[in-house]
Amino acid sequence: MIQLVWLVPLLPLIGFLINGLFRKQLSKALVGIVGSGTVLGSFIVSLMIFFEINGMGNTFAGQEVFLFDFISAGTLRLPFSFWVDQLSSVFLLVITGVGFLIHVYSTGYMHEDEGFAKFFAYLNLFVFSMLLLVLGANYVIMFIGWEGVGLCSYLLIGFWYKNIEYTNAAKKAFIMNRIGDLGFLIGMFLLFAQFGTLNYTELFPKVGMAGADAANFNLIAICLFVGAMGKSAQVPLYTWLPDAMAGPTPVSALIHAATMVTAGIYMVVRSNVVYSFAIDAQHFVAIIGVVTALLAATIAIKQNDIKKVLAYSTVSQLGFMFLALGVGAYTTAVFHVITHAFFKALMFLGSGSVIHAMGGEQDIRKMGGLKKQMPITYYTFLIGCLAIAGIIPFSGFFSKDEILMHVFEHNKVLYGLAVAAAMMTAFYMFRLLFVTFHGKFRGTHEQEHHLHESPASMTFPLIVLAILSLAGGAIGIPEVMGGHNWLSHFLGAVIVGHGAGHEAALSHSEELVLMAVAMGLALVAILGAWSYFKGYNAEKESSGLGKVMENKWYVDELYDAIVVKPLKALSGFLNNVIEKLGIDGLVNGVGKTVNWGGQQLRLLQNGQVGFYLFFMVIGMALLFILSVFIIN
Amino acid sequence: MPIQYYIFLSVALFSIGVMGVLMRRNAIIIFMCIELMLNAVNLLMVAFSKMYGDSAAQVFVFFIMVVAAAEVAVGLAIIVMMYRNVHSVDINILNRLKN
Repeated sequence: MIQLVWLVPLLPLIGFLINGLFRKQLSKALVGIVGSGTVLGSFIVSLMIFFEINGMGNTFAGQEVFLFDFISAGTLRLPFSFWVDQLSSVFLLVITGVGFLIHVYSTGYMHEDEGFAKFFAYLNLFVFSMLLLVLGANYVIMFIGWEGVGLCSYLLIGFWYKNIEYTNAAKKAFIMNRIGDLGFLIGMFLLFAQFGTLNYTELFPKVGMAGADAANFNLIAICLFVGAMGKSAQVPLYTWLPDAMAGPTPVSALIHAATMVTAGIYMVVRSNVVYSFAIDAQHFVAIIGVVTALLAATIAIKQNDIKKVLAYSTVSQLGFMFLALGVGAYTTAVFHVITHAFFKALMFLGSGSVIHAMGGEQDIRKMGGLKKQMPITYYTFLIGCLAIAGIIPFSGFFSKDEILMHVFEHNKVLYGLAVAAAMMTAFYMFRLLFVTFHGKFRGTHEQEHHLHESPASMTFPLIVLAILSLAGGAIGIPEVMGGHNWLSHFLGAVIVGHGAGHEAALSHSEELVLMAVAMGLALVAILGAWSYFKGYNAEKESSGLGKVMENKWYVDELYDAIVVKPLKALSGFLNNVIEKLGIDGLVNGVGKTVNWGGQQLRLLQNGQVGFYLFFMVIGMALLFILSVFIIN
Repeated sequence: MPIQYYIFLSVALFSIGVMGVLMRRNAIIIFMCIELMLNAVNLLMVAFSKMYGDSAAQVFVFFIMVVAAAEVAVGLAIIVMMYRNVHSVDINILNRLKN
């Protein structure tokens, strides 16, 4: 079955081609069937591959599936091949599984949109690129997928391209990602320069043998991480993600919550051999992660756009994942990627359901009391909130707790900051829940009349994702609670030096205390949100710190002032001065000089044959004299 | 006879040719002066050929004479056409291309 792994990306590609080429001819129902069906097919193949790998146990060390030679020049050989191991199979399941649910949801959500087929074509292309990213057997194939998802992200953020704001958001996302991509590219070049290959099977053993001193691993690791910063929206390159909410909500759920933004985490986990030698880079990753987690959480508390809250929450949770990577807990980061994909996709889809019912309204100040009209959306959203807040037994509890545990082992200060961020997470999530679904309805009368539960195509994915958010933690129940942390063992084969004294660092009683602390604080935060927002009516004008947080710490304004404005000024200078005076002056000057010279030389052509003959003789005499002088 | 005599004669002939080309306005005279220069060179070549005992220069002279004959035909034809058009062989009249 592993040999058939090429089917997994091929099916969405076929879906993309069918929907893209025949979008005018196909009916909406058929487009939806093709779009969702191909991803479902990929999911089934992924599932079979997963069970096959799972059956082989820890002895399976990955398999390369060669398709064709992509580049072959001199000593450089880049095969187009897929690498199937525990890590990629888990990602395959998440991408195709959550992707399928979101495709189904989109058939309902986008039904009235005129770009229905185009939307599905883009979505399929995205799934294809993302699968290429996680399946590639070398960094180049990963990079192709990496750029492909960036492109699809751009296309889908700017899907409603008639709104100039949306296209600006798309451009912002694309440009910020390009900044990160440069880092990724440089990291790749450095790896190639030092080891002469980018194929995982050849590269990682070489890196492992080279040892910590042999190469500039810190630099390579940081360059790769810069790529991850862009793609996974970490400080300082995170501001594109909240703006990316301009895209349709299923896009936010699929690309900007569940899959694409976790590509950076995948890349770091894949490169864990490099990071294991780069201690300083790991500290850097951890610090960036915790700063992102905290900063985004504070912003999320004061946002009033339902999708913006979720977007900042995503940034914050990605920060948690990088924090885990920074302390060397790779499997834990993947665990959080999986649970986060479930509950964040769930909440985005829930918010989409709300927006759908509200007729496009996204401001939570104009909602309220939606619980009665939209029970399924409400209860699934509640499950998502409980999961992200880290309440036992929801999935987020296990993954977040594992992260906090590893951070505690590593550094107590980081732990304190992470717990604070986790507490804020619970607070802003329940603020969102209470303001949106509880209290009185604050919208217009027309909107109130229009309120309805979403169609089955939208509630079905919500229910499935809610079940996954509830039970998804089962793949990583820690030993102290009677589980055996299956995921950590499953992924162990991919991580270098995994399981070497990691488990025994904390005693079981310590673990239990930490869990109790984290959950207790989350409960306090939820109660705080309840007492503060249960009777929410209208927000007072915020002031002081609240206003700064509402304005996202003025980071966008800061970037505007220190990057965008100077860049525009520089462009203006180049345009007005260098271009107009310098280059235009030079080009026109050459023309004018030649013209003037011609005017002068023209006078020599006076038409007198005798004059011409005279000059001919003079010229020959000069040539003669010259030749005599040169020869002698 | 020493070679110098031939050289002096050639130089004299060539200079007369050059001065004629430069000073006269009659196209036929200019044409004849050109022939004079050609033949001054021919004479020099033959003289040196004799002096070095190398017949290559004489072969060149024959070539030059052949080319000169062709050139005379073309040149005279041009002059005839010129006379038919402007009823003169004064080269200073041939400035019609100017302006």
